[in-house]
Amino acid sequence: MTFPVDKSGAAADTLRGGPRRRRVRTGEGTGGRGVPLPLLVPALIGLAFLIVPLIALLVRAPWRSLPDLLTSAEVWQALRLSLVCATAATAVSLVIGVPLAWLLARVEFPGRGLVRALVTLPLVLPPVVGGVALLMALGRNGIVGKWLDTSFGITLPFTTTGVVIAEAFVAMPFLVISVEGTLRAADPRFEEAAATLGASRFTAFRRVTLPLIAPGIAAGAVLAWARALGEFGATITFAGNFPGRTQTMPLSVYLALQSDPEAAIALSLVLLAVSVAVLAGLRDRWMTAG
Amino acid sequence: MTRTARRTRRTRRTLQVAGAGAAALLALSACSSSDDDASDSSSAKSDASASASSADKLSGTVTVFAAASLKESFTTLGEQFEKEHPGTKVTFSFGGSDSLAASITGGAPADVFASASPKTMKIVTDAGDASGTPATFVRNELEIATLPGNPDKIASLKDLTKSDLKVVLCDKEVPCGAAAEKALDASKLKLTPVSYEQDVKAALTKVELKEADAAVVYKTDVHAAGDKVEGVEFPESDDAINDYPIVPLKDAQNTAGAEAFIALVQSAEGQKVLTEAGFLKP
Repeated sequence: MTFPVDKSGAAADTLRGGPRRRRVRTGEGTGGRGVPLPLLVPALIGLAFLIVPLIALLVRAPWRSLPDLLTSAEVWQALRLSLVCATAATAVSLVIGVPLAWLLARVEFPGRGLVRALVTLPLVLPPVVGGVALLMALGRNGIVGKWLDTSFGITLPFTTTGVVIAEAFVAMPFLVISVEGTLRAADPRFEEAAATLGASRFTAFRRVTLPLIAPGIAAGAVLAWARALGEFGATITFAGNFPGRTQTMPLSVYLALQSDPEAAIALSLVLLAVSVAVLAGLRDRWMTAG
Repeated sequence: MTRTARRTRRTRRTLQVAGAGAAALLALSACSSSDDDASDSSSAKSDASASASSADKLSGTVTVFAAASLKESFTTLGEQFEKEHPGTKVTFSFGGSDSLAASITGGAPADVFASASPKTMKIVTDAGDASGTPATFVRNELEIATLPGNPDKIASLKDLTKSDLKVVLCDKEVPCGAAAEKALDASKLKLTPVSYEQDVKAALTKVELKEADAAVVYKTDVHAAGDKVEGVEFPESDDAINDYPIVPLKDAQNTAGAEAFIALVQSAEGQKVLTEAGFLKP
């Protein structure tokens, strides 16, 4: 589960557009010449497995009622909230996730393997359970939440902040894993050289390490953002569902599915289109930079 | 020569790999259909003796799709049914009425459908998947679920509109939310909850975890939650009583079994189990 540096676009590889990157082999689209069949066939099955459901969504989409749906204020409200919260969750993940990844990759401490496993736990936790866990920790009666409530009067469930927390909880492991993999693949000698030239460990991190692993951070951030954008279970459990405050796009899609499946499909398409646009745009941005 | 041999071996291996991949996909989809195959073999037998009245000759599997709120009582009834008719087996699929209706219209093999609202039943009857007209077998009434001991002294629907209370409702797309909205409209109250939950159990959980002070849920849910919440009845709930319809399905594999199970649900002993769970008689 680590992403080497040169794969920094892995998350966005499925997207069309964007300049072509340097590739190891340029045999793309030549009908598998030089590609061993035992690899090609399952690869194609895998690709179909991922793409066919999306195509089915497009085929069954209610194109005629799309304009009406897209102009409704509720959709915009949910979409705006989704984008704001996912971005905020990504920012939170960056601020606390990158240092955590650095700690895991660069500092020897007892129980590091265990900590690494714990960090990735939210990846395998069923999202609803994650939401319940957050309630038990930060809810009105939670271990930390009780104290927050009595000393500062802060309650997190049912607030927009709660949405950001739920999304960051689920999405941050992606970033940490991605950045930690990049760090471990990066050459530590540059940092050592900086240290011999008198840079403190923090300066070396800021001036040497960060630029070195920027593509890995970008890839991790995109993964985390995409995961946060689609987050449903933890959000609805921890932050509830209130239009304009905590009702993100996945929540409104789920509820629309109860009464109007066509609307739900249309809303999903909006979410897909927006994420594809953002991811493709980002990919252009960091490909020109890196 | 050796190269062609290798080539064939290679393609064979490819086929094996592809086969394994296809098998994996099949295995994934088989989870949903494995228990219907069991009823196929027996359905032929039950069709042969498909005189609905000969209840003593029942056999095979009866597949019942029922609303989540029926889980406790229907499980009990299923065990009774199996005891009364040796050789039968009742399998249940409990879930949200709307998603069950969607899977029935999508061709899921089921013998009986019991839903938590006439609206979701209509989806199935409109699609022509029901055989006969649905019958209301129980009704469910709303109740306010509060924290144990009712610390906020909630005694009526109006008390929920106090600004310092955290109240959760079901979303109006799901039956319990639609019913709550009806009750609020009837009493001309404006209530702003902190959240519109996706189903009744989620709304109840928020109170059980003490994150919300109160929720408007069904009597049966308060009943099922035991002493984790306290129920408060309110008069406006009369305006929003929910009918639960039940119907045998057209594509039933086990018509006789379906009829017999519905008969049990509507019988005196079936009604006893249901009212013990908090349901009202139709």
